Amino acid sequence: MKQRKLGRGVAVVGAGMSNFGAFKGKSTRDLFVEAFREMLASVDKGLDQEAIEALYIGNYSSDLFEGQGHTAPIMADWIGLTPRPATRIEDACASSGVAIRQGIIAIASGLYDMVLVGGIEKMTDLPTAEVTDTLGTAADTLYEVPAGFTFPGLYAAMATAYMERYGATPETFMKVGLKNHENGALNEKAQFGKRIADIMAQKKDRAIKKGYPEPTWQNEMDFLHDRRANPTIAWPLRLYDCSPVSDGAATILLVSEELAHNFTDTPLYIIGSGQASDGATHDRPTLTGLPAARRAAQMAYQMAEVKPSDIKVAEVHDCFTIAEIMATEDLDFFAPGEGWKAAEDGTTARSGPRPINSSGGLKSKGHPVGASGVGQVIEIWKQLRGTAGERQIPGDINLGLTHNVGGTGQTCAVHIFERR
Amino acid sequence: MNTVEFTGSEFYNFIAEHKLMGSHCQQCGDLYLPPRPRCPQCHQEEMKWVEFSGTGKLVAFTVVHVAPTAMLTAGYSFTKPYCTGIVEFENGARISAQILGVDVERPETIEIGIALQVKFIQRSNGEGETTALAFEPVG
Repeated sequence: MKQRKLGRGVAVVGAGMSNFGAFKGKSTRDLFVEAFREMLASVDKGLDQEAIEALYIGNYSSDLFEGQGHTAPIMADWIGLTPRPATRIEDACASSGVAIRQGIIAIASGLYDMVLVGGIEKMTDLPTAEVTDTLGTAADTLYEVPAGFTFPGLYAAMATAYMERYGATPETFMKVGLKNHENGALNEKAQFGKRIADIMAQKKDRAIKKGYPEPTWQNEMDFLHDRRANPTIAWPLRLYDCSPVSDGAATILLVSEELAHNFTDTPLYIIGSGQASDGATHDRPTLTGLPAARRAAQMAYQMAEVKPSDIKVAEVHDCFTIAEIMATEDLDFFAPGEGWKAAEDGTTARSGPRPINSSGGLKSKGHPVGASGVGQVIEIWKQLRGTAGERQIPGDINLGLTHNVGGTGQTCAVHIFERR
Repeated sequence: MNTVEFTGSEFYNFIAEHKLMGSHCQQCGDLYLPPRPRCPQCHQEEMKWVEFSGTGKLVAFTVVHVAPTAMLTAGYSFTKPYCTGIVEFENGARISAQILGVDVERPETIEIGIALQVKFIQRSNGEGETTALAFEPVG
């Protein structure tokens, strides 16, 4: 792979997100305004929004989710940036990770000095079967969907291949969910914002109040093994292995490197960017990792001239618990087959040596699919600038990474951020 | 036979005739199932239809409880789940298909690596039936 360099440096100088969750009566534009408002407030030295030259908006499927196509110009309009060029980017759940890359390319080329990159999705208006159908369109509708595969189903199939090859168990996956709920409990924007233990306690209280028999769960693993509390979605994946159906928006402001200090004394420089594509899940040489993720990561590391071991904090695409384990291997944090052990022994916990998804990840924070790629950057922005509050990872957190997957790895975008 | 285009609809026309057909690159010899008009390896377009034997092995699977609309229509539900998986043929080609004849109530008993044979099934689509590709354990 030829080492590529950006034509000029690019920095993040503002970042904001809406709450992630289920918001009846709010459309993507409303959530986008909330994210934009927070982004404006985050620019340390202030921003005249008139200086924004273009918008790149990641959005998977407002068409099917809320009956609205052509969303980018609407976002520009709703925040008062008409007539600037506004472009929607669709690469399934990697839509806004790819939008970041498009924003970087636009600035690095010299075309613009300042662009707004965003991500939006409104998923909760549809009933479950239609959400399942809509997400299914990110797979191959000619050859995967007719087999009965759903999105959780495809990741579940990879999970069976992973278990068979490396010895992980469904309990391994549960531990990833437990960890991400622990982290998300400290994130005020998270959809769940609760530890599994809190959810258990809440369900017990509710059962008692309604006069139902009191659940007999002894501990969290007991709860997660309960077929009623944690039903199987697609074996071996259960409800608490799956990211939720979510609404949300996130946005970041990108500027050329030489302008960064006009806006903040602590910009995040984007030093690495990688993106790759792949075919249908059944067509790959491996089912225990995502080749596109591995390649995108190599591109990003090469551009950034950093090693995986240099990365202090990473937000990875845990749409399903198995996906987080595979991500940590595809990113070369762990050797193939070792990721599940790291998930079991606490290595990837917030207090561990290799913290993964300190935000709560998609699992707990929520996964409004088109917003997730930029949503990941919000956490890196906070961790690298030391403003992550209770969930702040201690030490000199100067290098962060985001890993955003579309479909089951037909697209992957990886970015590396540095605070100097 | 070579006048039949290498499209998805032709693939499913063959499925309706109970034939599992892929494409064979005349330049580099690679086999594709599903069929492709253009060889992704050597970038040539000299394909020929080839019939697959229909025996392979299971390399990954799941038992789906939360089903898409099409499978709900076909009669499956949360309490009536189905198995679907990825099947690998001797020549290395792989395809996704429903897996029959396994114990969906005890998915932990379904073994990766088991030998499978093709089975063409009729699936309700609400208005009528379509022939779908499935596999079941050999024997």
